[in-house]
Amino acid sequence: MAEAVDYKVIGTSPVRPDGVDKVTGRAQYGADMNLPNMIYGKVLRSPHAHARIKSVDLSKALAMPGVYAAVSGADFPQAQHGEIGGEGGGDVADLAKNIMARDKVLYHGHAVAAVAARSVQLAEAALEAIDVSYEPLPPVLDLDAAMAVDATLLDENCFTKNLPEKPDKPSNIAAVMQLARGDVEAGFADADVIVEGEYRIPMAHQGYIEPHACTASVNEGGQATVWCCTQGHFEFRAMASKVLNMNIADLKFIASEIGGGFGGKTVLYLEPLAILLSQKSHRPVKMTMTREEVFRATGPTSGTHCKVKVGAKKDGTLTAATAWLAYEAGAFAGAPMGPGAMSIFAPYRLDNFHIEALDVLVNKPKVAAYRAPGAPQSMHAMECALDDLARELGMDPIDLRMKNAAEEGTQAPYGPKFPAIGFKACLEAAKQHPHYTRPIPEGAGRGVAAGFWFNVGMQSSAEVHINENGTVTVVEGNPDIGGSRASMCLMAAETLGVTYEQVRTLIGDTESTGFSNVTGGSRTTFATGMAVVQACEDIIAQCKARAAATWGVDEDQVEWEDGQAVPAPGVNADVKPLSLADIAANAARTGGPLLGRASLNAQGAGASFAVNIADVKVDRDTGKVDVLSYTAIQDAGKAIHPAYVEGQMQGGAAQGIGWALNEEYIFNTDGVMENAGFLDYRIPVASDLPMIDTQIIEVPNPSHPYGVRGVGETPIVAPLAVIANAVRAATGLRINDLPFSPPRVLEALDNA
Amino acid sequence: MAKVVIPDHLLTLTGGEREVEVAAKNFRELLIALEARWPDSTVVLGKCAAAIDGQIYQDAFLEGLNPDSEVFFMQRIEGG
Repeated sequence: MAEAVDYKVIGTSPVRPDGVDKVTGRAQYGADMNLPNMIYGKVLRSPHAHARIKSVDLSKALAMPGVYAAVSGADFPQAQHGEIGGEGGGDVADLAKNIMARDKVLYHGHAVAAVAARSVQLAEAALEAIDVSYEPLPPVLDLDAAMAVDATLLDENCFTKNLPEKPDKPSNIAAVMQLARGDVEAGFADADVIVEGEYRIPMAHQGYIEPHACTASVNEGGQATVWCCTQGHFEFRAMASKVLNMNIADLKFIASEIGGGFGGKTVLYLEPLAILLSQKSHRPVKMTMTREEVFRATGPTSGTHCKVKVGAKKDGTLTAATAWLAYEAGAFAGAPMGPGAMSIFAPYRLDNFHIEALDVLVNKPKVAAYRAPGAPQSMHAMECALDDLARELGMDPIDLRMKNAAEEGTQAPYGPKFPAIGFKACLEAAKQHPHYTRPIPEGAGRGVAAGFWFNVGMQSSAEVHINENGTVTVVEGNPDIGGSRASMCLMAAETLGVTYEQVRTLIGDTESTGFSNVTGGSRTTFATGMAVVQACEDIIAQCKARAAATWGVDEDQVEWEDGQAVPAPGVNADVKPLSLADIAANAARTGGPLLGRASLNAQGAGASFAVNIADVKVDRDTGKVDVLSYTAIQDAGKAIHPAYVEGQMQGGAAQGIGWALNEEYIFNTDGVMENAGFLDYRIPVASDLPMIDTQIIEVPNPSHPYGVRGVGETPIVAPLAVIANAVRAATGLRINDLPFSPPRVLEALDNA
Repeated sequence: MAKVVIPDHLLTLTGGEREVEVAAKNFRELLIALEARWPDSTVVLGKCAAAIDGQIYQDAFLEGLNPDSEVFFMQRIEGG
């Protein structure tokens, strides 16, 4: 690992190379691709939350002038069970049936058919001409009711996985998971104080601003090119090949710029439809979701019902804890209950615990990843319980956490011992932060809570080209969501010893660079950055060899310093150092263009911890909660581009605050979402939030050449409990269910 | 002998055995040894992540093991 050294460019915050195009409107997003003879696709969506499809008749739509193609589930290959693979996992058959329903619709808005026509308006008219016959079934909308023995089943072939004995009856509980250690009963018997809590959090959406959009063009040879907004075009290509039973070599995916994803754009929705419609119409097909479709038919995160019980000695030492965590999967199995279970107690040393988590089918959209998937919900329960425990014990809430904080060598609840981690450093920073040491404003309440996320590595590729004048082009395969082009440029510049301005980073399509997993899991700066560094080291090795050949010395007599090949100390060579530009200018004579490459499966992602602080004020007449001040403290390992690390921390905090205060899917009794738009699904806007202060902690990850940990997901974990604990402090009331919308808070105040 | 720990929700694969010691020089040999001990277990375990001496590997295969290595199987982490 790199020692804590003074880097030349890493740790600076230059302007992002893609910034000008983005602020001037030149950047091409998902819906910006236009091709000659292009037509427009639209999707017919189910009016029922749960129904059998008796028939789908496309004939009237196809007979309309200007309608070029129409498809339904019957036009897809038989959905085969199997691993999707890639970052998100899941089942191919479920993915295929989510993209286009076959025998059943499982949520309101589920795709039933699609058409392509000369205009969007004509396509929408054609949807009305499609005749679908349904047999409505009772919708299963309540998480607890879905788990009842006599509940209506979404899938008659769903048998709960991971039970001690294989069940003989199907269930809406798709899977259970348990984690345990020690003797829980003895631990609680040893406790002086025990607190318990039960918390419900409704489904919430990532709220990315750019809707899903793509354009597909299939040529006469059957080869498809797809332009789309995605967090991972290589994984989209793989998913599309499985869903459509196409040769992966016949699919080319090109990632557009992306207007937010947060996990929600790791899932395929429109692309296979556009490919099929293009195949049938022999024209390019563009498809763009409306905001309403994004809400109704793409994956939000799970609604949850969590119970937690925690025991402690009088000095604050935790003695035992239990958790029961039920997660809504939506229409198909695959809620993030595993990460939720593994993260809930992760920040703390605990010898005795038991965790049970459940993955539950309900007639709602299939959930998708959302920043640290599963962790905000479970850790909200634990962090609220710890706040209650601190009150019972009369302890400062940061001191209670510090008393039990995990550190290097602590065995995580999910198994391994932590390597170097920064949780204690975050707690110490929080305790000393001016926000925490200053008086709480009159009438306000202050809350604190911790956050955690594992972070992942996975596969990445990178090439580094040295141009004729010594400037550098990096090509890699991860869509730039949070400023990763700039981070790659910084790491390449640091490694090669050149300036930031000499490096440009491009995002290659699936045919022009090596495979990379999605931009997600807080992996890109860590894993793809590692590939870029290794590719630059490949360049340095080549430059040293060429300098040696130029000078007539051995390769081991050449070193690389400050972007130049220089003779090693003690080498008697009367030569001028050769810069990258010098070597590039002479490349034709020394072996041709300089190209460095690296591909890897990055291991050693470093866990990231955070501590957040908030002051809130509650209007007792209206129930409105105002966030007066907010501070996010997080261990980044090493902040390659500090401004973008701060941006991740601020963005995650804003999303978490929105989730805590207002965001929720509201369904009527028929399973129809009643607030499918940004007017009624209220994400925070600038005027809702104070400036979110940040403090970056740097405890380097020993597995990365520059000490990087992922930073994108941890920021959303703490805010839910921070707000809940601050409202508890302001009102004296523990409100267990989110969001703290004015009606809910007012009801709690009125009932107090 | 490397210590291997199976997560609670996969104990059905092992007849309830949570911890075993296995002689293996690398992860590939460890999977072969586990398959011999618990037939068909590696279909599921091969889809898990593995933490080897504190380091989490999403796709472990060729990683070396020491005689005192600790290997924890765990659910693969996905992220947003």
